[in-house]
Amino acid sequence: MEKSLNWREFIITRLIKASGYSAILFVALIFFFLVREGLPTLGEVELKSLTGTRWYPIEDYFGILPLITGSLIITIGAGLIAVPFGIGTAVYISEIAPRWVREILKPLVELLGGLPSVVLGFLGILVLSPFLRVFLDLPTGLTALAGSILLGAISVPTVVSVAEDALDSVPRSYREGAWALGATRWQTIWRVTLPAARSGVLTAVMLGVGRSIGETMTVMMVTGNAPVLAVKLGSIFSPVRTMTATIAAEMGEVANGSTHYHVLFFIGMVLFLISLAVNIAASSVVFRARKRAERILS
Amino acid sequence: MKRIFTLNRHLSQRIGFTAITLMAFATVVPIVATIIYILIQGAPSISLEFLTAYPYDGMRAGGILPAIIGTLYLTVGTAIFSVPLGIAAAIYLSEYASDTPLTRTIRIAIINLAGIPSVVYGLFGLGLFVLFLNFGTSILAASLTLSIMTLPIIISTAEESLRSVPQAFRTVSISLGATRWQTIRRIVLKEALPGILTGVILGLERAAGETAPILFTGAAFFLPRLPGSPFDATMALPYHLFVISTQVPEMPIQIQYGTALVLLVFVLSMNLIATFIRSRARARRQW
Amino acid sequence: MYKIIIENLSIQYSDGTESLRNISLNIRDKAVTVLFGPAGGGKSTLLRCLNRLNDLTEVSNSSGRVLIDGENILDPKTDVIALRRKVGMVFARPVVLPLSIRGNLTYGLELAGETRRSVLDEAVERSLKLAAIWDEVHDRLDDPAIALSGGQQQRICLARVLALQPEIILLDEPTSGLDPISTGKVEAALIELKKEYTVILVPHSVQQAGRTADHAAFFLQGELVEYDEGKKLFTAPKEKRTEDYITGRFG
Repeated sequence: MEKSLNWREFIITRLIKASGYSAILFVALIFFFLVREGLPTLGEVELKSLTGTRWYPIEDYFGILPLITGSLIITIGAGLIAVPFGIGTAVYISEIAPRWVREILKPLVELLGGLPSVVLGFLGILVLSPFLRVFLDLPTGLTALAGSILLGAISVPTVVSVAEDALDSVPRSYREGAWALGATRWQTIWRVTLPAARSGVLTAVMLGVGRSIGETMTVMMVTGNAPVLAVKLGSIFSPVRTMTATIAAEMGEVANGSTHYHVLFFIGMVLFLISLAVNIAASSVVFRARKRAERILS
Repeated sequence: MKRIFTLNRHLSQRIGFTAITLMAFATVVPIVATIIYILIQGAPSISLEFLTAYPYDGMRAGGILPAIIGTLYLTVGTAIFSVPLGIAAAIYLSEYASDTPLTRTIRIAIINLAGIPSVVYGLFGLGLFVLFLNFGTSILAASLTLSIMTLPIIISTAEESLRSVPQAFRTVSISLGATRWQTIRRIVLKEALPGILTGVILGLERAAGETAPILFTGAAFFLPRLPGSPFDATMALPYHLFVISTQVPEMPIQIQYGTALVLLVFVLSMNLIATFIRSRARARRQW
Repeated sequence: MYKIIIENLSIQYSDGTESLRNISLNIRDKAVTVLFGPAGGGKSTLLRCLNRLNDLTEVSNSSGRVLIDGENILDPKTDVIALRRKVGMVFARPVVLPLSIRGNLTYGLELAGETRRSVLDEAVERSLKLAAIWDEVHDRLDDPAIALSGGQQQRICLARVLALQPEIILLDEPTSGLDPISTGKVEAALIELKKEYTVILVPHSVQQAGRTADHAAFFLQGELVEYDEGKKLFTAPKEKRTEDYITGRFG
């Protein structure tokens, strides 16, 4: 009996360890397949064409610059919405709201995180963009602005939950110290709590932004999908097209192994590297903050 | 002088609090409004036929049964792969791993998995499962793709839940002659179960609502029948909503809202169950 | 007769905190041996060494031998599971497992593969009686153990160890969180126990050490300062440092 117990324990332990390591394997596999299918692009498309301003695959124009600027303008727009509203909501939930309000608001914000992006895109088409077209008197409501607003909404839950965690982990004694010195609660929030939680808040912002760069369905449905270079301020009111939407819209129609196919994977590779950079930066902020805390404590 | 100063401080606090409160409500009210709006717009089109019939007339009439069943299949398929793997990985991180470079690499990998755009998962699924492993555009390929996407959500919530079980339980169990795995199975997992379940449901909720990862791995535009095996492609609610709201001309608006409503109810009921389990477990917890 | 023979035992944690330096100590069968001294002196480390609970903490360095019934338990080939069944431990804070009262009592036996209901029931009753808590809980064995008071929980923890029919019982400040009445009950149970078991106690006060000790060992900063019969050590200590501690001049 003891012998069989040892064997079972041994096998289960091995399985559990393998599961833990599998996370690394998956990231490596994802990167490997993106490179495998995406890298041939560099042999098939001239670098000059790839960095061009014209995306028109049928005639072999593979300039990804308009797609990058499209992603960029929408992400910036979404950030301008999600960061203030997300941090504001986090501050409200963690510092101001009475307990019962908090108990209602937190699940509601999580609910927003659970709304499928197609549903938001669907409402974007039927409600938001007609409204924007009439209200701003545009030729079409399917614009970068519509995408930014909805993407902002999609990133808010990420920003709120991470920022709220950070605010929550600020020791209560910090706040009590500030109150004892005669600071109002408002002053305490601005001068003590938020600064103390700043690395966590920064992480929240980065993760929120990362979320918006990667969002696909909503932007594909509401941004009008025009691959034009969006570098002017007015571009926010015209249709654009993002990297993610391009992959989603065109991958279904290309022949496997064609140049177009490889370019779409190449774009996927760029997206992967962007998210890798954002996430490693975000987590290193957290690590560094923790290290500093350990140094202070020891 | 001093009085004015105090007055100002309190005035600025009042203004600040009001502004922040308004912001919070500006965030939350549209969420509620969105849900209510879809409920109202979609409710009239819900009928037994809508839920149990096949679409016909180019999907402009009939029901959405294959999409509902397809989403169920994908959700269950995702669960089969991601739940055991995710929980096992969480057990590794919480119970076995010490702070080594390897463990830190695993954590960074998980954070990165969580951040990879959903459409990139779709590309990966196409490259690995559909083409390389030759599963074809199928439920299997789509479920596997969704599983890997869901994994970080399950791992991080499950790990948090495992870590919240007091260390003393483990020490006591070991001191009574339990092995590490016996301790985990009989005490730690049992106590962490509600939290793990919450994480699993939230992960699957995400999988059920996603479109981009299944676009080129398993979703079918239209199928006049239900999929017969894991190697068949399938319709799915989110993809169906995308199709009928952007790809089909002269699509009756009622069917669109009806489909959105069914998808929303599917996903939100999972969310409510998760929230319920969590709050009940918190209330009952005695340590 | 000596049950446990400790020879030149040294232990150091990797974070450099508590440690033991060259301890040699012989512990008698069927008696209460008390390990006492100021916090950080190495008493708990020694206790946790005797059933290899130290395996869970990061020990950087250990040398020497610990013989129980003539076998060196620090040998890597030791069956640790069997050892822990033979050497039971009660902790400072009463930690009942999140199970019923009965579940707590049968936990160790079930792990050992015991499934016969009659054996389990017999063990529950016997050990609850030994720990002097049978009268208080016999009619609600299926209630969650967490609902009991702290003093009752601590006696459940003791009973839980007794259910395994160990040979040695280690108690690490078992009464530190208890009121005087509960403390009295636990101490009374210890006096009963030494008829059958080897009991090693880290007391939570010098007074308790004096009340319970057949033999006593005084530890200071990882060193064994003095070891003698309880009566002698508490009335006429040989070492100045022992005397200072007992009379309350430091620590």
